[in-house]
Amino acid sequence: MLARARTNWVILKTCLEERFVYRADFAFATLVRFLPIVTQVFLWGAIYAGATQAAAGSNESGKPTTLNSYTYHEMIAYYLLAMLARAFSSMPGLASGIARDVRDGTVKKYLTQPIDMLGYLFWHRIAHKLVYYFIATGPFALIFYLCRDYFPRSPDPATLLALVASLVMGFLIGFLIEALIGLISFWFLEVSSLLFIYMMFNYFLSGHMIPLDWLGEVGQWVEFLPFKYLAYVPAAIVLGKQGYVLGHGLESQLLIEATWIAGLLVLNRVAFSRGVRRYGAFGG
Amino acid sequence: MPAIEVRNLAKTYRVFRKREGLLASVRGLFHREYESIHAVDGIDFQVEQGEMVAFLGPNGAGKTTTLKLLSGLIFPTDGQANVLGHVPWKRENAYRRRFSLVMGQKNQLWWDLPAQESFRLHKEIYRIETTQFDRRIDELTELLEVKDLVGQPVRELSLGERMKMELIAALLHSPDLLLLDEPTIGLDVVSQRKVQQFLKYYQQEQQITVLLTSHYMKDVEVLCQRAIIINQGKIKHDGPLAEIVDRFSQHKVIEIQFAGSELPETLDRYGDVFERQPPRAKIRVPRTDVPNTLNQLLDNFTVEDISVEDRPLEEAMAELFINDASNDSN
Repeated sequence: MLARARTNWVILKTCLEERFVYRADFAFATLVRFLPIVTQVFLWGAIYAGATQAAAGSNESGKPTTLNSYTYHEMIAYYLLAMLARAFSSMPGLASGIARDVRDGTVKKYLTQPIDMLGYLFWHRIAHKLVYYFIATGPFALIFYLCRDYFPRSPDPATLLALVASLVMGFLIGFLIEALIGLISFWFLEVSSLLFIYMMFNYFLSGHMIPLDWLGEVGQWVEFLPFKYLAYVPAAIVLGKQGYVLGHGLESQLLIEATWIAGLLVLNRVAFSRGVRRYGAFGG
Repeated sequence: MPAIEVRNLAKTYRVFRKREGLLASVRGLFHREYESIHAVDGIDFQVEQGEMVAFLGPNGAGKTTTLKLLSGLIFPTDGQANVLGHVPWKRENAYRRRFSLVMGQKNQLWWDLPAQESFRLHKEIYRIETTQFDRRIDELTELLEVKDLVGQPVRELSLGERMKMELIAALLHSPDLLLLDEPTIGLDVVSQRKVQQFLKYYQQEQQITVLLTSHYMKDVEVLCQRAIIINQGKIKHDGPLAEIVDRFSQHKVIEIQFAGSELPETLDRYGDVFERQPPRAKIRVPRTDVPNTLNQLLDNFTVEDISVEDRPLEEAMAELFINDASNDSN
């Protein structure tokens, strides 16, 4: 147990060192990710301004409008929180990296050495995220500070704890889904199209594009999928959305999320053990 | 008990047979033809502990596939293998801690980090004691003369230096079995020789079992007493390396130096003159004709120097594989 913890620590340390090698590229890549946040804030501003103008034309009071019960401020708060959740749950390069390793034979090191490939990739990803947070915490804090008035209330400690739990579990779900897509490369070698489809659904069904409670009846079906934990749920917890308040359904949501993690973990294990049986290790 | 025992081992790949042209590619979206490639076709062999055996054959003969099977990288279609008391494709950690697979064309070190970081990771993965690890690093880096390079990012090392680092990483945990797939591929002559010398010394010192594939016959001649020749997935020869030339080469080479500065015009009558550097020439002659040809050459010309040699191992092998291929096409 202790030996395994030490191995994981050294994997994490080595991955961290590797992440810091190309620091300029990494810093640029991280900072560039903030540009869409800024443009999205302006976009929602334009949408709400348009809606308010339309409302002024059609109703006498001309009050600032809400869209699907979200005020402009609430919408921005939702979007920023969804982006915070995505900082945990998005896994750039994970599935495509596994597929590349399978195609070019790099995967051999996981199969011939006494290491667990998924465990190794997990710690590699933790390192990736830690370096990301190291660089991104400042800009994130700045944006949240500038938009502080948009948040309806400060969450109490218990809600904050639930938020942290949902972010960590969101990370696990994101990791397990993308790893599973990557493992499909043992069958098809190339998963880029599959990954593209997943990204598309993920953007829509995780609540990254719009809040899931805007989807009406479709949203009821989305409730049963694991994607909502990747962006919507952490935001809904902070905003106190129906069903995501402690004592009013949040506990069972988190329990279902944990069950998803267990299920995806089993699926990953099965896919790996079947995949390596199929593995042809082509090309020398 | 042998270190490696293989019985009726077979691996068949099902591969998509793509026809030429755009239309065929489009058709391939709807209907695909597959064919079975018998990469390894029911082979049997044993390797004793402490033996160093060469695994020889042309490209696509099944050498690397066999190594992949023995390392547990792939599952066989049929047959059995017992390596160090384990079934390789069960991939038990107890087995994976006892062998190393080094592929000359695949890198297992962290590209952007110094090799010492990869070594440290190996220390943890293989659970190597710190004192043993330090001793091994000192010993191996000294033997391979790369002590000063372990702190340099791997990407900045030359191909030869990288291969030396790969070997160190592979040997850190003192494996009982070393599977080497083309360890000197692409290396310059000096690096090749250094790696050969190192492997020879290390194997003799540690008495580990080594299975080596290489296209460089020099590697094989320097390192191995025994060779297994595989072609088209089947074993063609398993025995002392020295027997290969006797068994498979039907020819010998007469090297002759004539008096004067020219070659005789009628030289072609005595055999296949494959090298002409007047007044020297090399003639390929069927083994059975050698005494007769020698007599005739000495009777008919003024000869300053003459010698008879076996053909190089490389040529004997090439002859075997070409014969195999032409037998198949007939």
